[in-house]
Amino acid sequence: MTEFGTSDPLLEIYLHENSQLLEQLEQSVLECEEANAFSSAAIDVIFRIMHTIKGSSTMMNFDNIAALSHVIEDLFAFIREHQPRLTDYSALSDLLLQGGDFIKLELYKIRQGDSPDGDSSLLKSSIHRYLEELKRRHAGQRDAPVSEEDAGDILDEGTHSIAQDAHLKAILFFDDDYNMENVRAYQVVHSLKELTEHFSYWPEDIETNPDTAEMIKIQGFQLFFRNGESPETITAFLSQAPCLKHLEISETTPPAGMSESASPPDFMPEPSVDVRSADDLSSAAEQPPVAPTGHPTLPEETQSLAKPSVSTSGTQQSSFISVNLAKLDELMDLVGELVIAESMVTQNPELAGLELEQFRKAARQLRKITGEIQDKVMSIRMVPLVNTFQKMNRIVRDMCKKQEKQVRLQLVGEDTEVDKNIIEHISDPIMHLVRNAIDHGIEAPGERAASGKNETATLTLEAKNVGGEVLILVRDDGRGLNREKIMERARERNLIFRDEAEMSDRDIYNLIFLPGFSTKEVITEFSGRGVGMDVVLRNIESVGGSVSVDSAAGEGTTISIRIPLTLAIIDGMNVKVGRSRYTIPTTAIKESFRADPGSVVVDPEGNEMVMVRGQCYAVLRLYERFKVATNVTAMEEGILIMVEQDDQTFCIFADQLLGQQQVVVKSLPSYIRKIRNIRGLAGCTMLGDGSISLILDVGGLALTS
Amino acid sequence: MTNPTTQLQTEQEDDTQAGKFLTFLIGTDVYGIEIRYVTEIIGIQAITEVPELPEHIRGIINLRGKIIPVMDVRLRFKKPFRDYNDRTCIVVVELSEVSIGLIVDSVSEVVQIAEEDIVPPPDLKAGNPQGFIKGVGKVGGEIKLLLDGDKLLQHEEAEHLSHL
Repeated sequence: MTEFGTSDPLLEIYLHENSQLLEQLEQSVLECEEANAFSSAAIDVIFRIMHTIKGSSTMMNFDNIAALSHVIEDLFAFIREHQPRLTDYSALSDLLLQGGDFIKLELYKIRQGDSPDGDSSLLKSSIHRYLEELKRRHAGQRDAPVSEEDAGDILDEGTHSIAQDAHLKAILFFDDDYNMENVRAYQVVHSLKELTEHFSYWPEDIETNPDTAEMIKIQGFQLFFRNGESPETITAFLSQAPCLKHLEISETTPPAGMSESASPPDFMPEPSVDVRSADDLSSAAEQPPVAPTGHPTLPEETQSLAKPSVSTSGTQQSSFISVNLAKLDELMDLVGELVIAESMVTQNPELAGLELEQFRKAARQLRKITGEIQDKVMSIRMVPLVNTFQKMNRIVRDMCKKQEKQVRLQLVGEDTEVDKNIIEHISDPIMHLVRNAIDHGIEAPGERAASGKNETATLTLEAKNVGGEVLILVRDDGRGLNREKIMERARERNLIFRDEAEMSDRDIYNLIFLPGFSTKEVITEFSGRGVGMDVVLRNIESVGGSVSVDSAAGEGTTISIRIPLTLAIIDGMNVKVGRSRYTIPTTAIKESFRADPGSVVVDPEGNEMVMVRGQCYAVLRLYERFKVATNVTAMEEGILIMVEQDDQTFCIFADQLLGQQQVVVKSLPSYIRKIRNIRGLAGCTMLGDGSISLILDVGGLALTS
Repeated sequence: MTNPTTQLQTEQEDDTQAGKFLTFLIGTDVYGIEIRYVTEIIGIQAITEVPELPEHIRGIINLRGKIIPVMDVRLRFKKPFRDYNDRTCIVVVELSEVSIGLIVDSVSEVVQIAEEDIVPPPDLKAGNPQGFIKGVGKVGGEIKLLLDGDKLLQHEEAEHLSHL
């Protein structure tokens, strides 16, 4: 076995899981940083992530990753245990993000088949130092005099912090159909012991007293947690209990001075007013700004309850599975075949003219189901943009720190869904646009204040469905594009091929998409190598999208990206040339018409043109272009289809139109693509009768016509 | 990690397939291709022409939902084109993860050729212009030309350029 081949399924899983965990980690850290508090739920999540990474890395013998995650785990074990008051959250987030980046890099190396040889000792020692500092400060805190109101809550040394004082109470009701509630309860207790030891339950004598079954039936089985575990963990754990009918979880603050041995039934019949569900609590708890160390008046409870709502993502993921995309592609191919096979059966020529009422009924039912399956399979491939958008949080954060700018990232419509293949193509362009916006567009806080703007700039990433397309906007409220500077630069680089007086603002702004254009004088780490915008444009165009830019000086810039919902299905017009069929994307078609013999002219170089409403358009004869034998060569026998792409309009000459339909786009076989890249063909598709039609790429045809 | 059972199966399959060749006719010449490359054999069917390709790549076909290119082996060997008839077959092969259909005049049989009966091809430029033949097999006095699949698919740079 090769040492690190990604063919190893265990390794595949390891890489996949850990990259997901790291993404989750990054998200939690950024959320916490924004809230300026590490909630106990978030601390739990981070701790668990690190614990998992440590475990799996040890198993896979990636010692350096394991070592680093161990150190971070230690740090969070301490934070979880003692909930120290922190003043400097950004130092903690920096350490975490650096740690995450280190592991990410190592994972990348492993994926590439290299050995993970990074050295994290520097990072580890700074985490150690941070932990020592925390411990020192924590010890100081505890020695410091405690304010009167808190005194009663302090339990024996160090074992309890405030978070754990908030007792968690769970009431379980079991299904009525099963008796022996006491046995079920015992099962729960038994399995709970794997999770935590710090809990008690009522009734207590379930093992020995069969009468408790009746009590549980009426009052429920009650569990009281005293330590550590977050409500989320407990809920997730308990909801898996067998035969569970109903589960109530509530957080209660016990009377002051209650000792560990206090028997739970003492406060069992709690008045319902006091029982607030964990969710109520979290939404009710307004997060106050974090108090500086040693501020005595802040009740400690508020800190421990700091925004438990921020990281619910950790527990939500259980309802998703990840599927290999290749399997989905196969499934889609199969469904495509199914649709064709279905029409081959129901439209079978041998059935023509027969009166088959029952058969037609059954055939209709079959068609309905196959159609639904096709829709479902398509929808499986659709994924929301939320991950792509959230990755930008990190970029914005890093750039703001480096460039000392203040930017707030606003996400709108991030649940808009796009085909998985497209997401892969637009992630980089969006990242580039975000970097560009911060680097070039958004001014430094001082400059913003001077021009009367809010010092914190807003960068909006917005996605929405517009017809069959998705529109993604990257909008900043920075200084806007500088028309003069763009023109100057374009002249310098000889990028202007038109009369300058004729150029509109829009034309000028679009110059930034030309290769080799960059207006930034200083090249920075993040952007400005002058390969940016044209690469963005090319990436977007490769998935059939378009990019445009709009800007107002001093008010900001908006870059709009239009992308198709899916690459897999397009609306197309089928045309016939000789024995071949071609599909023209409907989005490119303006009109189709039969030419009058008099309207066609030929220029001295032999280029044909057709006159339509006083405008001249070039004519492209498909049979000539693709060297196909056909009988229809006279202009008045065939049909002209006027198409437009990228401001180029011309007419395609074909034998006849066959009709419009939605087609599933397939790429040409890789072997053919390897032989040569055929300009003018975007792919192929299968028609209802099983024959193949070639999909025309109007842009490519225009280039070579 | 390889599952030991599947490994065993593939080994067994390799064993049963070793030394077996599918033979087919181009004109009067008998060619053979290792059976392990062959996926299936189908009759000739409607071929969709794709423009701008070399002459021997006839186009693409729809093989039960999968679109594969088809190559006319006759034209690949620079022999004159012959109209397809009901004996014409498409041999679907998978070579280095590429599925491709080979159009041949007719398919004859599967033969076992022992390794000692295979001799290297004569190094004559005329007889084996592009190295398509990797060996010559003798079966009961008959000569079968054994094809090198990878060479068949390869496109020499010069040939490639001449079409541009």
